[in-house]
Amino acid sequence: MPDITTTIGSLRLKNPTMLASGIMDEDAGSMQRIIDCGAGAIVTKSIGVHARDGYPNPTVVELDHGILNAMGLPNPGIDEYGQEMNQLRKSTAPIIGSIYGATVEEFAFLAEKMQLYGAAAVELNVSCPHAKRYGLEVGCDPTLLRTITASVKKSIDIPVFVKISPNVTDIVDIARAAEKGNADAVVAINTVKAMKIDLETTRPILANKTGGYSGKAIKPIGVRCVYDIAQHINIPVIGVGGITTGEDAIEYIMAGACAVQIGSAVYYRGPDVFHQVCEEIKHWMRTHGCKTLTELRGVAHR
Amino acid sequence: MNSPLVTPILKSTIETQDIKTISFRFPGVIHPGQFFMVWIPGIDEIPMSVSLIQGEVKGITFRKIGDATTALYNLKKGDTIGVRGPCGHGFTLKGKHLLFVGGGTGAAMLAPIVELAQGEKLKSTVIIGVKTKKELFFEKRLKKSGAMVLVSTDDGSKGYKGLASDLANDVLKKETIDSIYTCGPEPMMKTIFTLSKGIPFQASLERYMKCSIGICGQCCIGKGLRVCVDGPVFDRNTLKNVDDFGVYKRDAAGRKILF
Repeated sequence: MPDITTTIGSLRLKNPTMLASGIMDEDAGSMQRIIDCGAGAIVTKSIGVHARDGYPNPTVVELDHGILNAMGLPNPGIDEYGQEMNQLRKSTAPIIGSIYGATVEEFAFLAEKMQLYGAAAVELNVSCPHAKRYGLEVGCDPTLLRTITASVKKSIDIPVFVKISPNVTDIVDIARAAEKGNADAVVAINTVKAMKIDLETTRPILANKTGGYSGKAIKPIGVRCVYDIAQHINIPVIGVGGITTGEDAIEYIMAGACAVQIGSAVYYRGPDVFHQVCEEIKHWMRTHGCKTLTELRGVAHR
Repeated sequence: MNSPLVTPILKSTIETQDIKTISFRFPGVIHPGQFFMVWIPGIDEIPMSVSLIQGEVKGITFRKIGDATTALYNLKKGDTIGVRGPCGHGFTLKGKHLLFVGGGTGAAMLAPIVELAQGEKLKSTVIIGVKTKKELFFEKRLKKSGAMVLVSTDDGSKGYKGLASDLANDVLKKETIDSIYTCGPEPMMKTIFTLSKGIPFQASLERYMKCSIGICGQCCIGKGLRVCVDGPVFDRNTLKNVDDFGVYKRDAAGRKILF
């Protein structure tokens, strides 16, 4: 029986599949369903200091090879979200609190709250491609990113993951900044900035006009980013972007990822995708005489 | 693929002073109870239950209550809208004598399933509950289908004076009902759910929706049931384990709002 347990620094996961932030994670019931469907860990919706409605619809549109979204960081605010986190205190899978802020102080404050709520780690969302003042505007400035990461690290004891964007000139620079800020892991990639125009109405379909592209189309972009990052930093990398099957997950692991996050595939294959991907990983390992995921990690670099 | 089909409005019909039905061409099979995401370019995209299924022509019936529905109300024949769907699962016909209870605009989405039931020679009793006579619509259409139609008004201006759920209770005492179908204000549906214990029950739920493809989590109830994909119609066995049913919904930010 292949062993698919993995570790991200000090965090142990029963399998390498994690729910990506923004997918079925606004309330405790949804996250519980994903845990029941076999996810090794859950990343929450990105939570800010105050409640946000997000953008008007259309917020999501399916394209030929992926999904385009501009939700606009909707969330109930950190105080109200405590109710959802509380319900998951006895959860069998680690809950990782995703947070976004406009300042160093906001990030530190939110991280402390997440720690208080029992989060196993925090994930800094510094890569949302479509929310003004938040996200990418923080995540494409290496100096600011390093300061934020260092400040969050000082304010909490649980691990800090930094989710970074492919919408930058050099993603390795950004990953290095996270490492220098003492991040415990880097999560790559967030969605790819994109647009869809409707020919009949001659306008962009998304209310926000631009959005983030996810799903199958971005997998090669994510794999390249993880490969490059893993080569240049010494902290764990969590791969995300278009992972739909066990083989997709293995590809990311070979590129250097120690775990993977799954989002859009919940649309393609339903919430049970976590269980399915785990079974597919095990099947691949069996047929390739592989006993542990460590044997596979980063082998593409040889 | 789940992207909007841009289609012109074929017909816009006034039902009451603030309720309209608009129809458009949308090829494909729609099961009663399913819904569309209707895009009003430049304004919003909102979930709308299907109220008319006539071959390739489909329709929606709605009350003017917010920016999007007001914009939709003001559109004229020939104006274009985007239609995405059909979304979710519809009703399932079970039994021989069926009770349908529609509160407010809820009667709109029940009409196609009543017509389907009548087409299959089942006995249908329909309760349309409104606040006052002026808000009543679809009474003629439902009678034409052959169903027994009862009206309740809060102010007694027509039919039974009182709540639709009270009238439903009376019907349940007098008749043998095999299955109940309801759409309307959730407290009304919850009351009927509670007083009809044991009888198969299906309710169509409404929640704030965003993606409508089961990923964003905005419309989730209970233990991760997505109203957009797993619903909007849920049966008794599912609803009995949903603590939110009839108790709270969530706003656009995901905050709980008590009914």
